[in-house]
Amino acid sequence: MAVSDEPSSRARLRSRPPAVLSPAVFAWTKAVIFVLCLGPLARLVVGAPLDLLGVNPVETIRRSTGTWTLVFVLATLSVTPLRRFTGWHWLARLRRMLGLYAFFYAVLHLISYIWLEQFFDGAAIVKDIVKRPFITIGFAAFAMMVPLAVTSTDAMVKRMGGKNWTALHRLVYVLAVCGVIHYWWLVKRDITQPAIYGLVLLFLLAYRAVSAFRKRSA
Amino acid sequence: MLIKRPGDVRASEITPSRVYLRRREFVKAGLAALAGATGVLGGSIAAAQGGAAKLTGIKKSGYSTMEQATSYKDVTSYNNYYEFGTEKDDPATYAQKLKTRPWAVVVEGEVKRPKTFGIDELMKFPLEERVYRLRCVEGWSMVIPWVGFEFRRLAEQVEPTGKAKFVEFVTALQAETMPGVRRPVLEWPYLEGLRIDEAMHPLTLLAVGLYDEVLPKQNGAPIRLVVPWKYGFKSAKSIVRIRFVEKQPRIAWEKAASNEYGFYSNVNPEVDHPRWSQATERRIGQDGLFTPKRKTLMFNGYGDQVASLYTGMDLRKFF
Repeated sequence: MAVSDEPSSRARLRSRPPAVLSPAVFAWTKAVIFVLCLGPLARLVVGAPLDLLGVNPVETIRRSTGTWTLVFVLATLSVTPLRRFTGWHWLARLRRMLGLYAFFYAVLHLISYIWLEQFFDGAAIVKDIVKRPFITIGFAAFAMMVPLAVTSTDAMVKRMGGKNWTALHRLVYVLAVCGVIHYWWLVKRDITQPAIYGLVLLFLLAYRAVSAFRKRSA
Repeated sequence: MLIKRPGDVRASEITPSRVYLRRREFVKAGLAALAGATGVLGGSIAAAQGGAAKLTGIKKSGYSTMEQATSYKDVTSYNNYYEFGTEKDDPATYAQKLKTRPWAVVVEGEVKRPKTFGIDELMKFPLEERVYRLRCVEGWSMVIPWVGFEFRRLAEQVEPTGKAKFVEFVTALQAETMPGVRRPVLEWPYLEGLRIDEAMHPLTLLAVGLYDEVLPKQNGAPIRLVVPWKYGFKSAKSIVRIRFVEKQPRIAWEKAASNEYGFYSNVNPEVDHPRWSQATERRIGQDGLFTPKRKTLMFNGYGDQVASLYTGMDLRKFF
């Protein structure tokens, strides 16, 4: 695989890591990132019994798992632009792991809501989903993640065919928007945090819109 | 024989109020026999003490709840005081710069004798301990041993006229000490209000202390309102002006989102916040991670005392 992107003169001056990593180096890189991605969970699992999660631990767990879901969704969406800008094509092979981590933290987030928040009160949960727009949209975002996680394996890509698979996985754009709106609608008054996530997402989506437009007009 | 004079007793040797306040638990736990060891216990907890000045001559009150009080640490490190930031730990971090001396509270409006009270004068009102439940509109609750005096004791001194139908509470706005007011999260200064009969109710307290000590800054020093049957935001902090008025004031949260926060804001498990249920609450520091939330009580459990204030009112409409 050749490096297709033309590096700018300024970028060429910097010593860049190779676009292609040896299998051993890549495996190590991936393993390190895999372990790092468990950090947020480790903090909760270790912090809860040691009383390190603040005055309201349930709130900390709910917020932390929600925040990290959004972070991993945005990280997944950053892979393509980052790859283009840096020429590190091996990044593409981390994307599935990042996406699955987004789903993993979303599952924890949902469990924290169903268990710690509602204590398995089915009626209250259904009422929430129907009545509270921020929960409706958050739940919708989670529901969209399920088929993406299920079809994340190589076998599924093969079975579906690349074209169908790509079409289905465009859902990530919709669920990312739903995720940010979910955050935006739930804050009491100060929208700074959701606005930051919104801006990053806007940038990532705008990048795709521009490159799609260029491709078409080229 | 060595007789220790009071001056010889270091602050760290005095059993902190939150320890002796919970002395009955120790007794219940069968630790009475170990009474001699309480000094040791006290000494080990002293490090966590706020170290604020001690208040003396405090009477107990029949209005206090017997429920277990929330720990001093939790009461003083998990606060909503948006002038210092919107995160729960912001007030404890940033409020320490708040200038609480000199401090005066201007009492004016529809009163016969308007008066400005210096903080030292206010501290001389006969102080009582009131252990009240606090229910935040966000769905959590605490039990807090406030020290203060009934608002009506102050009102008696200024003699409200017949035109005084409402009371407006204006809180401090110190741009130089309050990082949160740089952004228009709410309208500054924060404004709250009560109907005159709510304000004059014996449960309505002006608090100057907490756990037998001077009120910490993050909790609204030097003087704040406590209205235990309403959501926490109704209990304005760091009050500088009290106005008796004829018209219902538009309070800060009403201006920010009138569909979500009403003037009355009585604790009511049957009237949901548009975005979350108010039927249940989590008691800070006492309900474990896997404990279901407890049921929220009408008027936060103060219905026997205050329900009559709202006879014939549609509490869904006047939320």
